[in-house]
Amino acid sequence: MTTAVKLTNPQELEAYRAEVKARRGAIAHTVRVCIGTGCAAKGSRRIFELFQEAAADAGADVEITSKCVGCHGFCERGPIVVIEPGHIFYQRVEEPDVAEIFRETVLSGRVVERLLYVDPATSAVAQTEAAIPFYQAQQRIVLAANGLIDPRSIDDYLAIGGYAALAKALTMPPEEIISEVEKAGLRGRGGGGFPAARKWRSCRQAHGYPKYVICNGDEGDPGAFMDRSVMEGNPHSVLEGMIIGAYAIGSDQGYIYVRNEYPLAVEHLKIAIGQAREMGLLGDNILGTGFSFDLKITRGGGAFVCGESTALMASLEGKAGEPRAKYVHTVEHGLNDQPTNLNNVETWANVPAIINRGGDWFAGIGTQRSKGTKVFSLVGNVVNTGLVEVPMGITLRRIVEEIGGGVQGGKAFKAVQTGGPSGGCIPAEHLDTRVDFDELTGLGSMMGSGGMIVMDENTCMVHVAKYFLGFLQDESCGKCTPCREGISQMLSILDRITHGDGQDGDLDRLQVLADLLAGTALCALGKTAANPVLSTIRYFRGEYEEHIKEKRCPAKVCKGLFLYEVVADACKGCGICKKNCPVSAISGERKQAHLIDQAVCTKCGACLEKCPFTAIVKV
Amino acid sequence: MTVENDPLIEDIVARYDGDVGMLIPMLQDVQAECGYLPPMKLRALAACLQVPLTRLYGVATFYSSFRLAPKGQHEVTLCMGTVCHLKGAAEIMAAICEEFKVSPGGTTDDRRFSLQGVNCVGACALAPVMIVDGKYYDGVNRDAALKLLRALPAEEEVAS
Repeated sequence: MTTAVKLTNPQELEAYRAEVKARRGAIAHTVRVCIGTGCAAKGSRRIFELFQEAAADAGADVEITSKCVGCHGFCERGPIVVIEPGHIFYQRVEEPDVAEIFRETVLSGRVVERLLYVDPATSAVAQTEAAIPFYQAQQRIVLAANGLIDPRSIDDYLAIGGYAALAKALTMPPEEIISEVEKAGLRGRGGGGFPAARKWRSCRQAHGYPKYVICNGDEGDPGAFMDRSVMEGNPHSVLEGMIIGAYAIGSDQGYIYVRNEYPLAVEHLKIAIGQAREMGLLGDNILGTGFSFDLKITRGGGAFVCGESTALMASLEGKAGEPRAKYVHTVEHGLNDQPTNLNNVETWANVPAIINRGGDWFAGIGTQRSKGTKVFSLVGNVVNTGLVEVPMGITLRRIVEEIGGGVQGGKAFKAVQTGGPSGGCIPAEHLDTRVDFDELTGLGSMMGSGGMIVMDENTCMVHVAKYFLGFLQDESCGKCTPCREGISQMLSILDRITHGDGQDGDLDRLQVLADLLAGTALCALGKTAANPVLSTIRYFRGEYEEHIKEKRCPAKVCKGLFLYEVVADACKGCGICKKNCPVSAISGERKQAHLIDQAVCTKCGACLEKCPFTAIVKV
Repeated sequence: MTVENDPLIEDIVARYDGDVGMLIPMLQDVQAECGYLPPMKLRALAACLQVPLTRLYGVATFYSSFRLAPKGQHEVTLCMGTVCHLKGAAEIMAAICEEFKVSPGGTTDDRRFSLQGVNCVGACALAPVMIVDGKYYDGVNRDAALKLLRALPAEEEVAS
């Protein structure tokens, strides 16, 4: 697939692009199979192979290309297959469907109705992606090419205008590039929201050589997979952004730090780096301009704290990933004590579009202080799980209800959690809040890297807070005392609350510890660790109090704070629950309503799960 | 073969031009070759890089992806991310640990499988997710997970 063409100037790049486009224009039919992790887990690689076999069998009289593409975002409906011409969007495609799609759609241009998306709300049938409500409210910049291009083909990236921004940037003075990014108002997408241009300028002005640029691909927030999909689905966009940034800053060496759990992202980035080097877009004397820059990939070791910039740099130096105090700025003393500019995957991926279309265009999208778009992974108890890219300023309600299709199973919405483990839970009354760095922070949550977890009425907020604290306790590096000990103490208080042993004053104790953490922890992990607790206390105080005072879990999640009972009318006396009870707490004659002995019951829930008549309920 | 000249270690160190900064990728390569980080290999690596063994040990124990003991025949990973958690991953983990007498991060006594709980594999649309030998299983529940693990072929009689 790779070509050995070495491009030595921007004109050759354009000539090569024209050649690729002409070649593409000659192909009558294209089958695009999504091989993002979601679709691949549902067998899309096999589907791709079957399409290839079908194309091979069809003979040489029709030109057909089957290609693997990155994540479309609509993971809920995978595997996804798109057929050109016509952009026909098939969802939940299974192996036996391949022959029919190939015969009907590819060869005869007829649509296979049963594989189209049907909107559950309106029963409207959508033939193309554009007709699906999930996509309609989205605006795609970073994800624009995901699902269109084969991430392992640099030709595909070039055909959609790839590396044009690089060629343009290399003709601009570096300061002008930084000004353009400044005009765009691009803020760091990794969570902090720091203005990218200000960081670039500080690093450019810092004394020292060499200077480094780093891409933070250590996406560790549970429930977040935006960066993975960009690295997997469009790796060249990250590379192009980094090369432009390196030129603007004056760096000749970069690193991409990728999370250990993302093998496909590593594979695709490696391929992309190899291709870019081969074509003279990376390495020595890029496009004959005299500018040189090269990239290395490092896989993380599986430590959440390495998403923190100074910990990540320690990890890149081959040390344990422990953060350091913030008064030493990484733009002056970062990796190997040299000036270093670190940005997140999504931040880098925005750069080519800004250079191509101008900072003013980018700044025209969004709110006053948050510009452009943001990618979220919309997950949890929501109908349409997947990856969404929305303009800043859209309300949370539109994301959850319009794009996400509302809460699963007709249940009531309870909260949406944003910002990862250090973020907060936003309740229904604030659903009309706009997506904006500062507005979300004002609500006690934060933008974070983009996880958005929808929770329904059956979610216990105390339990959620405990989950996040447990996560952070495991992931605390242990270097500073407030984080190492403070989180443990908070967790032990939450633990006793969820076990029905909460005490008066526990909420105040949590508050004191939270203030201590925010004021004294060394890095952002510790400083924000209390957010999930504080935001849930702020919006769901009553729920905490019920746990503490009445020893009751209103969502019926905390074991011991609710009971299992048999509904006598619904019980058919089949005996399945009795057979499955591990502690023999259930009694009853056949065909008679059974009874649970509460003194013996350990609340394991096996009976509820096994009952075929849903005759067992939590009370 | 002495500790000082282990061809595998020398080869791995050469891949990264002996740069101590690339220690993590080196350890990852050792683990990819050996399945875990054997003490003798760590000694050889420390000697080759001329850094104290404690430094290697410090790094190897800091990052959760490194193993200091041999792994089981199969590799089982259960996602414990937020969405999987909301959908019952903790109960599945507890059930596996109870039935197979294993703890997260450990290996069953018969070395049939190693069990690992990870934070988020980023496949939230498929929650709860279990990965067995690289294959993703979506929407698993307690029974499905246990059934899958019970069906894993036991360790073959391998002549050492």
